[in-house]
Amino acid sequence: MTISRRQFVGSIAGAGVASVTAPGLARAQAGGPVRIGMLAAKTGPLASGGIDMELALVMFLKERDNTLAGRKVELIVADTAGVPATAHSKAQELVEKDDIHCLIGPLAAFEALAIADYLTEKQIPTLGVAAAEDMTQRHPSPWFVRATSTSAQCAYPLAEYSARQLGYKKIVTIADDFAYGHEMCAGFQRVFEDNGGKIIQKLFTPLATPDYGSYVAQVKNADAIFLGTAGSNGFRFLRQFIEYGLKDKMAVIGGMTALDESVLRNMGDEALGILTTSWYSAELDNAPNRAFVAAFRGQFKYDPGYYAGGTYLCGEILEGALKTINAKAEDRKALMAAIRGSNVETVRGLVKFDEFGNAIGNVYIRKVTRSDGRLVNSVIKTYPDVSQFWTYDKAAFLKEPVYSRDYPPARNLEP
Amino acid sequence: MQFWIIQGLNSLSLGALLFLLASGFSLIFGLMRLANLTHGAFFMLGTYFGATALRQWSGLNIWVTALGAGIAVAALGGLFERLVLTRLKTNPLGQVLVTLGMSFIISDACLMLWGGDSIPVPTPQSLQAPTRIFGFVFPTYRLVLVACAIVVAIALYFLLERTRLGAMIRAGVDDRQMARAVGIPVSNLFTLVFCLGAGIAGAGGVLGGPILSAYPGLDADMLPLALIVVILGGIGSLLGAFVGSFIIGFIYTFGTALFPELAYIILFLPMIVVIAFRPQGLFGRVGA
Repeated sequence: MTISRRQFVGSIAGAGVASVTAPGLARAQAGGPVRIGMLAAKTGPLASGGIDMELALVMFLKERDNTLAGRKVELIVADTAGVPATAHSKAQELVEKDDIHCLIGPLAAFEALAIADYLTEKQIPTLGVAAAEDMTQRHPSPWFVRATSTSAQCAYPLAEYSARQLGYKKIVTIADDFAYGHEMCAGFQRVFEDNGGKIIQKLFTPLATPDYGSYVAQVKNADAIFLGTAGSNGFRFLRQFIEYGLKDKMAVIGGMTALDESVLRNMGDEALGILTTSWYSAELDNAPNRAFVAAFRGQFKYDPGYYAGGTYLCGEILEGALKTINAKAEDRKALMAAIRGSNVETVRGLVKFDEFGNAIGNVYIRKVTRSDGRLVNSVIKTYPDVSQFWTYDKAAFLKEPVYSRDYPPARNLEP
Repeated sequence: MQFWIIQGLNSLSLGALLFLLASGFSLIFGLMRLANLTHGAFFMLGTYFGATALRQWSGLNIWVTALGAGIAVAALGGLFERLVLTRLKTNPLGQVLVTLGMSFIISDACLMLWGGDSIPVPTPQSLQAPTRIFGFVFPTYRLVLVACAIVVAIALYFLLERTRLGAMIRAGVDDRQMARAVGIPVSNLFTLVFCLGAGIAGAGGVLGGPILSAYPGLDADMLPLALIVVILGGIGSLLGAFVGSFIIGFIYTFGTALFPELAYIILFLPMIVVIAFRPQGLFGRVGA
């Protein structure tokens, strides 16, 4: 295959011209489909979640015959590879070339932060999945909502549950050394210590940690260890934790991604009995979720988890909003207002948004059990209508710095 | 006291893991002067093969699996060397680039075949019960891994120092042109060594599996470690790879335990010091 330099340059230039003119053409065709853009990390280390996001949304639309609120829908999925710069150029492509009406995704906080300003400037209604606290706190965007959870939102109920119901006095936390882990552990620490408990050790491991043995051996003696991890790292840590015989010595509890369904399907009996917290579980017993899980499992042979559930949820909210505005997605202000005013029964239960665009909804304490031969997160307690500010005063909360590795300071660490 | 013993054993087991990873890389680098950036991908491929085989046939022995995966990866490596690398032998930079490209192809293929989840490699049933040493608990498998690395090291030592093939390889490492001049089939030797290096990586991938698990990105996590060990130990030196692995094992384990804030640079620090004061590495016979 030989392409001369001139041909090459010519075709590039042609592509450029096409992409410049395309939005104009697309806009001219009024009454075409609603164009939903999706940013998902389908390759790279975050691929597990990104692939689930796409599967769930495609399934959601197929179930509705690609029609929402009586109007055809076109889904355009772009792969971010889990890289912020790629997320940015793909977002630009979706907005400027495909002329999308709204956006779902992306998965990771660093991707979402890389495109937040751009999407606000372009006024694209965005349904996010990423958990970074400040996107709906100190730096909210009128064009962004999050139907899932902030990093710490689901950790609050578990922290209270640990202190009050389980009677834990001392807990060790471990998480990946990036904002998501810092924020989740900080929120857990705050509520646990406000309820009389003590966080005696906080471990943060680099994202690329070849061997967790040296960290496992550092874990101090406590009532429980809290896993603020996501994806393969938490899974690898937990396996080593068990290999060192520590699971017999202390309880294991986890945040909303630590024992996600995608992790559970690759684990064995060693996971049984672990408590985690999340805004979702494939075991949730409500009508939309029963239908969703049955269809998802039938099609893909495994349970949907955080990312599949979260994206399906975005689809449900979007459908509700489109119904309110008679599917006139071109009016972005009206669409955004309808999304923010959402009041629909979803797979996680009823979801409403606070004035910052973050979900107020149920959070569930779940226990790993075996059912029909596979491991599931069965719900043992429901905390209704949990806010991202927990029970704290909103104004005071927002005056404090955002959660981080060192804030709020851990005063009870054991030397 | 417990801290020092447990972390000491941890260091040894990490060192063993690193040796299984880096010895193949060192062999290839030493003879072919080729930084084989596919090495991490070969290692990952081994882990995936092992995870799949052990899941499919529950009675399978991990050592047999490691051998099988090693042979499979060696065969793939051999094909890659014969079909692609030899065509670029006058273009060393091109070779390095092509190995990088190959690693992308392998990692994407793994993602397609195995999906994005982490897949565990089960610890052998007989080694699951932790060992008690002076009242401390330590995973038995990690101790066996150390023995495993020592066995591989001794086998490689005999291969390189006591066999005719080893003599030819050493001759090729020391002076490729002279070796060719005295009739050593250097090009066949290249293929053989590449197979051997890839095979050790593949088998090491299986053996490291119970500690690492198979997951997308394993290749990219492992490749820098192999580079660090080989640069520290010295190019083409088996002893260097061995000592380098354990030095890194100790520095990393105690570094992250004693100075957790330095977790990010602790791996690279010893390498930088060695490069500054002894560019050929601790046991290297030739400059990089």
